[in-house]
Amino acid sequence: MTEQATGAPRPQPRARSGGQQPAPVEHLTGAQSLIRSLEEVGADTVFGIPGGAILPAYDPMMDSSRVRHILVRHEQGAGHAATGYAQATGRVGVCMATSGPGATNLVTPIADAHMDSVPLVAITGQVSSKAIGTDAFQEADICGITMPITKHNFLVTDPAEIPRTIAEAFHIASTGRPGPVLVDISKDALQAQTTFSWPPTPDLPGYRPVTKPHAKQIREAARLISGSQRPVLYVGGGVLKARATAELKVLAELTGAPVVTTLMALGAFPDSHPQHLGMPGMHGTVAAVTALQKADLIVALGARFDDRVTGKLDSFAPFAKVVHADIDPAEIGKNREADVPIVGDAREVIADLVVAVQAEQAAGNTGDHSEWWQQLNRWRETYPLGYDLPEDGSLSPQQVIERIGQLAPEDTIYAAGVGQHQMWAAHFIQYDQPATWLNSGGLGTMGYAVPAALGAKAGAPDRTVWAVDGDGCFQMTNQELVTAALNNIPIKVAIINNGALGMVRQWQTLFYNQRYSNTVLHSGPDAEPAETPPQGTRCPDFVKLAEAMGCVGIRCEDPADLDAVIEKANAINDRPVVVDFIVHEDAMVWPMVAAGTSNDEVMAARGVRPDFGDSDD
Amino acid sequence: MSKHTLSVLVENKPGVLARITALFSRRGFNIDSLAVGTTEHPEISRITIVVNVEDLPLEQVTKQLNKLVNVLKIVELEPAAAVQRELVLVKVRADNESRSQIVEIVQLFRAKTVDVSPEAVTIEATGSSDKLEAMLRMLEPFGIKELVQSGTIAIGRGSRSITDRSLRALERSA
Repeated sequence: MTEQATGAPRPQPRARSGGQQPAPVEHLTGAQSLIRSLEEVGADTVFGIPGGAILPAYDPMMDSSRVRHILVRHEQGAGHAATGYAQATGRVGVCMATSGPGATNLVTPIADAHMDSVPLVAITGQVSSKAIGTDAFQEADICGITMPITKHNFLVTDPAEIPRTIAEAFHIASTGRPGPVLVDISKDALQAQTTFSWPPTPDLPGYRPVTKPHAKQIREAARLISGSQRPVLYVGGGVLKARATAELKVLAELTGAPVVTTLMALGAFPDSHPQHLGMPGMHGTVAAVTALQKADLIVALGARFDDRVTGKLDSFAPFAKVVHADIDPAEIGKNREADVPIVGDAREVIADLVVAVQAEQAAGNTGDHSEWWQQLNRWRETYPLGYDLPEDGSLSPQQVIERIGQLAPEDTIYAAGVGQHQMWAAHFIQYDQPATWLNSGGLGTMGYAVPAALGAKAGAPDRTVWAVDGDGCFQMTNQELVTAALNNIPIKVAIINNGALGMVRQWQTLFYNQRYSNTVLHSGPDAEPAETPPQGTRCPDFVKLAEAMGCVGIRCEDPADLDAVIEKANAINDRPVVVDFIVHEDAMVWPMVAAGTSNDEVMAARGVRPDFGDSDD
Repeated sequence: MSKHTLSVLVENKPGVLARITALFSRRGFNIDSLAVGTTEHPEISRITIVVNVEDLPLEQVTKQLNKLVNVLKIVELEPAAAVQRELVLVKVRADNESRSQIVEIVQLFRAKTVDVSPEAVTIEATGSSDKLEAMLRMLEPFGIKELVQSGTIAIGRGSRSITDRSLRALERSA
């Protein structure tokens, strides 16, 4: 197997007190063994909700000084909070739930973490081993249910297996291509007497992480890079997970190649860097999308040629040779054939590439990219990201998000939901640091932002955390503001409130003749069109809702108040703050490549297809 | 499309077969035949899977299988370099008139008659799927009352063993 460690400091089973002496054997319950194991593996924060089957574990949890449990209001919140924690800190996120509905409520965040390769360990209680398979009260086959959405999962019915299973779960979650691991423990295993010693002996003969890329492939890649006229570094989330951003900067500057960072990789390369072209894909910048289309070489680093990036696959980057480096061999050649496949950890791959490219350059092989940069700069200057302010004087959603980014402290963490506001937050906030942008990329989970921000703030309490959310997303998981308020986790939430499921509405505008079927949130289906304002959900009243949940609620409707409101929110650090920004519902996300079409058809704005000078190509 | 025979060595643990078959179905691959059993090592099971796919999707499914934590090793067995066998048990309608003809076919295919009753003969046969198909075609006119067929199992020719190295890995981790 070609999983491998990513070089980052990860919670590893560690020996106590010097390691060489055999650890003393303790006699305790399975539940105590579980909490001891979590302590030993370095889990400092657990998000969860107790219930019948997991109840034994919550008793020793109360006595642990090393594990902080944060009681959420819905298990989905626990899962996303653990994900936000993991994405912000690089450590394994942990969530806990009881059997049956508790466990099934974790399904969405587990699937989310699976798609975005987030190291997550979910611990669930299971009915007693004798009752398994009898349709017992609150029984669900959560191992069966999560099989396709976990990296691996375990059912534990023998209390003696608990320490080793926890150690293995953390190891699998955090090494190689990270991902979620579920550990389902039967109630009788938690209650039974057992022994505990640490570290346990791992037993994973089929899991063999490999980190080192193949030297021959690296040389071949370096040869292609040095010989290319129109190269692009296509950077994905794997670079962030491997903590390879410093190496990436060196490689980019050494080669002089333009860099595009996917939605999962924002912050992996500074937005402010002159070689950065922005985000590729369906809502990517014209320069980034077009650079890939016209490239003669794509160097994919920890990216997976997702359909949102490639558009119609058979017309994606038709002139490009592909160097594809990924830690997961199954990603290489899955969507786009690779001319040079490299299996390896992004940090080691990039570090080796730097040395190999230097050797090529020392031998006089340096590509001339001046003509390429002329083209790139023309696209970048002609089709920059931008937006028009609404003619009616109302708030522009893009401006709100842009000002939040400009007024927040430098190392602020942003968590977005899914939809228009997510794309605007990707476009109009400048990300110059890794792990400052958290979002649900692969699964596209509405409702991700509030709990993910909660988890990020719990893991990085000294940082400012802004959730940028839509009014649709916010209504899915806002109950976790209660968790934030009661646990002294003062996050800030910007509701970009356009009174609609904005992204779906945008598609209805463009592709369904402006028939707005079930995308209106600000009024019911029987409301007269004349009575329905074109902006802002007032039911529920988000300000009152925020206050009811122990947060500060502020509403902002006038562009003149925008900066003052943001400053006010930034100044509040003793409670969560929710700002209800009422914005116009007609704002759209541009550029856009319509689903199922070629990236050659990127539209810079409605009805505006960029002029690439194709006629004289 | 072409047939490929994969020998998959897995940890002998509950639920491993489900993980493998679920992976095939969710990635959209059809399994032609599947056989599972223990090996010379009690901690290793061997799953033989025959799939009908192009080379590129085969590579993808092999890589995805390799990611399963309980999978130790995957080897594709080339038909020319491997022995492949299936087992069938078939109950054929037989009377005093037809019985001897049936027994003749059984002998022709080096199969075995394992049960005889006044109205039927039960035959056991092993071989490649081609041979068994040919035999069943010959038996069909007599009337097949019941047929049960195993998945293909396969082993490479020559002295090399594909389990050797996996065993060493198991020992290392223990």
